[in-house]
Amino acid sequence: MGGTGSTPRLDLTGVTKRFGDSVAVADVSLALAAGEFFCLLGPSGCGKSTLLRLVAGFEAPNLGVIRVDGQDMAGLPPHRRPVNIMFQSYALFPHKDVAGNIAYGLPDLGRADRTGRVRDLLARVRLENFENRRIETLSGGQRQRVALARALAREPGVLLLDEPLGALDRGLREETQGELRALQRRLGITFVMVTHDPGEAMALADRIGVMDRGRLVQVGDAATLYERPATRFVASLLGDVNLIPGRVAGRDGDWAVVQTGFGPLRARAPGTMPGEGEAATLAIRPERVGLGAGTGPAGTVTEVTFLGERIRRRIRMEDGTLLRASMPAVAQAPDPHGVGAAIRLDLDPEACRLLPA
Amino acid sequence: MKRPARLLAVVPALWLAAFVLVPALIVLKISLSAAATAQPPYLPVLDWSAGPVGWSSFLEALDFTNFETLLGDALYRDAALQSLWLAGLATLILALIGTPLAHAMARSPKRWQPLLVALVIVPFWTSFLIRTYAWIAILKPEGLLSAVLLRLGLIDRPLEILGTQAAVLVGLTYAYLPFMVLPLYAVMVRLDPSLREAAADLGASPIRVFWSVTLPLARPGLAAGALLCFVPMVGEFIIPDLLGGSDTLMLGRVLWSEFFSNRDWPLASAVAILMLALVVVPLVLLRESGTSDRDTVR
Repeated sequence: MGGTGSTPRLDLTGVTKRFGDSVAVADVSLALAAGEFFCLLGPSGCGKSTLLRLVAGFEAPNLGVIRVDGQDMAGLPPHRRPVNIMFQSYALFPHKDVAGNIAYGLPDLGRADRTGRVRDLLARVRLENFENRRIETLSGGQRQRVALARALAREPGVLLLDEPLGALDRGLREETQGELRALQRRLGITFVMVTHDPGEAMALADRIGVMDRGRLVQVGDAATLYERPATRFVASLLGDVNLIPGRVAGRDGDWAVVQTGFGPLRARAPGTMPGEGEAATLAIRPERVGLGAGTGPAGTVTEVTFLGERIRRRIRMEDGTLLRASMPAVAQAPDPHGVGAAIRLDLDPEACRLLPA
Repeated sequence: MKRPARLLAVVPALWLAAFVLVPALIVLKISLSAAATAQPPYLPVLDWSAGPVGWSSFLEALDFTNFETLLGDALYRDAALQSLWLAGLATLILALIGTPLAHAMARSPKRWQPLLVALVIVPFWTSFLIRTYAWIAILKPEGLLSAVLLRLGLIDRPLEILGTQAAVLVGLTYAYLPFMVLPLYAVMVRLDPSLREAAADLGASPIRVFWSVTLPLARPGLAAGALLCFVPMVGEFIIPDLLGGSDTLMLGRVLWSEFFSNRDWPLASAVAILMLALVVVPLVLLRESGTSDRDTVR
């Protein structure tokens, strides 16, 4: 089932799904390479799970084409698709034991082959000798592993994972993240994982697709999305960010000057939107806001919060705009930028992004 | 907290004792008596004034003659076998009709389901007796079914179905269908739909999904439905009496005629005890198998 080099493993073109009047998935196009770990990231109700269900075949798109290794999936029922899904609830069969669950997708294998296969899969998820355990006797983490082993049993070209770690508590989740990543690397299967946790997406995925109200608004690796978000939504989803309203005063290639309430700022501005004279947003991460004594915009420190390894400051600009600045904590007494200190901002234009308003 | 809880358990216990246990013991006692032309129509009757002597002569007079009669006479044995056979066959038919029906109900759109459940229950608004009489009108040779089949040319002379076991089966199946469908539906509607989806995702065709996931998980509903139907059908009287013929000998009818026609209360009571045994024994066996099932899987 190996795809040829040029054919994407999973290829979505203009996929749209409506439920009555509401659009769950709007015109999503996406191509995933074999062996890629892809995360669909977004808040609940953004359509990411529906997109997964469309690929698995539980729902049919109103528009658009879904291809796996070049083969159009239209009209193919779930049981004929070369993809498998792992449910958020795990959906393990309560009337079958662990081996019965894992072997469910392997009815054509002989008894001996099946036993061996189940043992291999259990070893892969580190559940040796769990064959005859009942599902109700397993812990949450063990169930998660059984569900993963069952979904991998048929060696799918694409494995869909719907919030696979959502039901685990935090410590276990971080441990399992590492294992999931290692397993995916070893097997070379294309993983499409749905999550609402940006940290999880950044830790696991080769590429992340951010969904907002049914649309795939940006696709890229974690660093790209973090450093060069395309919209305010993406910028604030992936971490704390200062969003400063303003108007484009001038453009020069990939650069723009934005007139903000506390003066003009230079910013990176790829593309052509928003154009000169239009309302815009300037985004800058708190850790990129420097405090200096230079000639930058003037402000006053109104709050200092010590967070251990970092110190966060709240700064009121002359026009009343509040900004956050975050920097590594350095033992420095007395603090030159304590509450009430008049400071000048040092804003690196490379760290400033021009976004649509 | 503890005392009211205990009191709450006492109420149903008293209820069951007064209206199930005591009557059952009375019936058991009568079944061990002999018929008599007297008031009440059986002997012995306990003579309270005679003291211990009265008790011992009372107990000595009780015997198993009626049960020997029942077991020795082919009529009763055949009636018992036929009751079990017809009730069992009807239960099977009910399971075959009820399971897909309940499955379809549980899978239909949520907003339709209350209506579908109501449609299953609606026949109860009419008296059971009237509904059974309606089947006479449908099944009789000059009835509705005959007329339709004649008109369609599927048969060339009127149906001779009324008064046969087939008519009894039709009547039983019709009357008890809700008791099969409702428990099955109640279990199926609560099944997590992602289990079916997971099975389909793992390559199972819709038929395999049904056999390997839906049906095993619906087993408690199927067992409840089968019990709710089988138990009363074994003792059913009205349906075999109205729809069956002289060849339909079910225990309910035998009991009725022993009691009212022959005025043989002891024999009728013995039939009742036999019927109870026929029903209770499989019930206990079923429970046993259920618990041992759960024990072995752990």
